Amino acid sequence: MTTVAVKPATMAQALTRGLRDAMAEDPTVHVMGEDVGTLGGVFRVTDGLAKEFGEDRCTDTPLAEAGILGTAVGMAMYGLRPVVEMQFDAFAYPAFEQLISHVSRTRNRTRGKMPLPITIRVPYGGGIGGVEHHSDSSEAYYMATPGLHVVTPATVADAYGLLRAAIASDDPVVFLEPKRLYWSKDAWNPEDPQSVEPIGRAVVRRSGRSATLITYGPSVPVCLEAAEAARDEGWDLEVVDLRSLVPFDDETVSASVRRTGRAVVVHESGGFGGPGGEIAARVTERCFHHLEAPVLRVAGFDIPYPPPMLERHHLPGVDRILDAVGRLQWEAES
Amino acid sequence: MTVMEQRGAYRPSPPPAWQPRMDPAPLLPDAEPYRVLGTEAATKADPGLLRRLYAELVRGRRYNTQATALTKQGRLAVYPSSTGQEACEVAAALALQDRDWLFPSYRDTLAAVARGLDPVQALTLLRGDWHTGYDPHEHRVAPLCTPLATQLPHAVGLAHAARLKGDDVVALAMVGDGGSSEGDFHEALNFAAVWQAPVVFLVQNNGFAISVPLAKQTAAPSLAHKAVGYGMPGRLVDGNDAAAVHEVVADAVRHARAGGGPTLIEAITYRIDAHTNADDATRYRGDSEVETWRGHDPIALLEHELTERGLLDEAGIQAARDAAETMAADLRERMNQDPVLDPMDLFAHVYAEPTPQLREQQAQLRAELEAESEGSHR
Repeated sequence: MTTVAVKPATMAQALTRGLRDAMAEDPTVHVMGEDVGTLGGVFRVTDGLAKEFGEDRCTDTPLAEAGILGTAVGMAMYGLRPVVEMQFDAFAYPAFEQLISHVSRTRNRTRGKMPLPITIRVPYGGGIGGVEHHSDSSEAYYMATPGLHVVTPATVADAYGLLRAAIASDDPVVFLEPKRLYWSKDAWNPEDPQSVEPIGRAVVRRSGRSATLITYGPSVPVCLEAAEAARDEGWDLEVVDLRSLVPFDDETVSASVRRTGRAVVVHESGGFGGPGGEIAARVTERCFHHLEAPVLRVAGFDIPYPPPMLERHHLPGVDRILDAVGRLQWEAES
Repeated sequence: MTVMEQRGAYRPSPPPAWQPRMDPAPLLPDAEPYRVLGTEAATKADPGLLRRLYAELVRGRRYNTQATALTKQGRLAVYPSSTGQEACEVAAALALQDRDWLFPSYRDTLAAVARGLDPVQALTLLRGDWHTGYDPHEHRVAPLCTPLATQLPHAVGLAHAARLKGDDVVALAMVGDGGSSEGDFHEALNFAAVWQAPVVFLVQNNGFAISVPLAKQTAAPSLAHKAVGYGMPGRLVDGNDAAAVHEVVADAVRHARAGGGPTLIEAITYRIDAHTNADDATRYRGDSEVETWRGHDPIALLEHELTERGLLDEAGIQAARDAAETMAADLRERMNQDPVLDPMDLFAHVYAEPTPQLREQQAQLRAELEAESEGSHR
């Protein structure tokens, strides 16, 4: 038996590999966006694709997000499978009309005659010292739009697997890439990257008995760190990585909360009108009699994304998470 | 390095030579909208085509009056009439080949019908039973687009994809003067020109965006002039001259099919009816303007040309009217039947497979419907 040496790879490398493999397997997969060709994308996620597959398959478009997504719609109508890159979270907003009025609805509008298998890659979230408009957590907008799938990886392996699943999906998928995890490394074997995760399954990243941290994307490593730190306080925390916000894996989340009886939802997005409100409501509706305390949220503040020198005060960190865990009415138990 | 640091070694040099990327002159539209009827060009037009255009115009006008009547009878939720604009609708649609695609706006149901779409299917959006009541692939008619100009980038993308596949397919995208102010109009034209996509943009300048006249919409010399800024030809055409519209659109389609890239066509026309049945046009325009345009009616213009030249007689006119009546009677009869709706369809095509969340909601609606039907049987 030969063992393959598994070297650490970054999330960005896994994404590149995911795009490359999808393009190699399926000639209808087309990558398009700003700077994705010659430059390989501002995060280098599309590095080498134009060279390998030609500029018709990996296309530098004019700088116009509505045009990028709008033309991708037409390409999908003709049988292609476009993968568009929105350069940054906040630069995706010009494409919202196309996304909401067409991408999300055309299957429904045409009674299934015109599905739009488009993957929209959006680097999102903060923590990279980005200046204004480079750090938004825009997931709530996408979640509020019926007809879209919304997924976000937190590990290198998931980045590959979920991206392959997104591109293979016959529905539009908003694929949110946590910018600050682009350079995170995991032992992941690019020579054997077969794990294509079905969209819609959450995963328990860390088992625990005291309480569940429900999180996704860039906040997963923060929650894992918080869970380690919580051991000193005598808490054994479970961490659920949602991976997919739409569809939402009620089953995995509810099963975890029923086991632990307590839950905190953690995300960078603002709390008011944010994903955490929906998640807390769903957990409460399903687990009310198992809950020892109200479901709490640790979210970004309800402010415009702060300048980089202040962002650490905004982003949910280990201390804020542990504070919330501390407020889960432990005294009632003794 | 600053000039000071170079200690006198700096020698100013001119910037690299600049020249425009193409000669803009050939892209400019003509000074006057192109006309065929009543001009020398009419004698060269194919009589068969002119007679076909005439029959389609008569049918199109009848379709407009019938759909308007159905709205008054409560059979349609709303109808944005193209009365007065039939030459644009019909002639442009007929300039396409079967394999080409049409990207209509909500006012362009007639163009879709001229392309062979069943009028009832074309009207489901406006009846309110389903947004797109037809399979877009069947007649290559994209879903009727209600947001303004957002279908234009779709046309560009489809045409681009077809070209990448090696298919000689052209997309015709329709938009109005109001839609030309939207950002998607700009982005679509820019992408089309950069990609040299085989797409034709037809702006029906009917004078008003609901109530707002062109003067408040643009300061451009004409909408066709906007083409020059994108590096594509702009054409101006009399939108009530069906022969001219057909020729200009057919030219642009041929040009696109041959790899020549996109064209922007502005057709000057007039919306005889209000924006929709819910609009009151007397609040923003005078009767005399409408009367002027009635004197330049697309059907009368073509009928005059054909009868003057002996290409159409009373019997021919009657035959066209009879065919239109047959269409209208059929449309009336079928639209007077209540559509059969299944509320469970609401969940059928949101995703390829419903999410667990939608399955729960589906079960809820099913239970509600069962309770409703039990109640009605009690």
